[in-house]
Amino acid sequence: MLHPSHFSALVLFALFASIIFGITQRETPRRMLHYGIYCFVLFVGSAIVLSWVMFLIAR
Amino acid sequence: MATAQNNVAAADKGFVYLPLIAGWLVPGAGHFLLRKWGRGTLVAVSIVGMFALGIAMQGKIYSSAHDVLEMLGLAGDLGNGLLFVLGRMLNLGADQVQVTTADYGKVFIVVSGLLNVISAVDAHNLRTGRKS
Repeated sequence: MLHPSHFSALVLFALFASIIFGITQRETPRRMLHYGIYCFVLFVGSAIVLSWVMFLIAR
Repeated sequence: MATAQNNVAAADKGFVYLPLIAGWLVPGAGHFLLRKWGRGTLVAVSIVGMFALGIAMQGKIYSSAHDVLEMLGLAGDLGNGLLFVLGRMLNLGADQVQVTTADYGKVFIVVSGLLNVISAVDAHNLRTGRKS
């Protein structure tokens, strides 16, 4: 049984979802790569920002 | 331009929904049918990997829908096509979500199904020439 941390689960989720978004939402390989990276950064970045916001609210 | 014309020309032949159905049943198969080997491989690895990770985390595979949330979860799971059938046949995953990672796993399985539907629709768009 796999027990990833919350953050590693997030990174895996973002990686796979970004690959599919890149392939399906853009037409050329170069734009697919750029869009995939963009989605990955947004997934992980927004989770980190929201985590800090929730941490500060909870204090 | 030539590729788009080839796709449109190819769209005139054969069963136009085959990549859509194949892509839904087997992740990546829709792209493989259209000879998009790289895209198909990435789709297959991503969807199967996400589903397998969900199972490894003891995620739940929905089998019935008693309320709206379960109905939505089942709809997402059904997007996995034959992976869902295989999971049910082999009784994979957990019946109840008991640990936190199982909750992550449940989400992985549902989202892999939804991403598989997006990929199958993408294969259909390639087949009809709407996308190159």
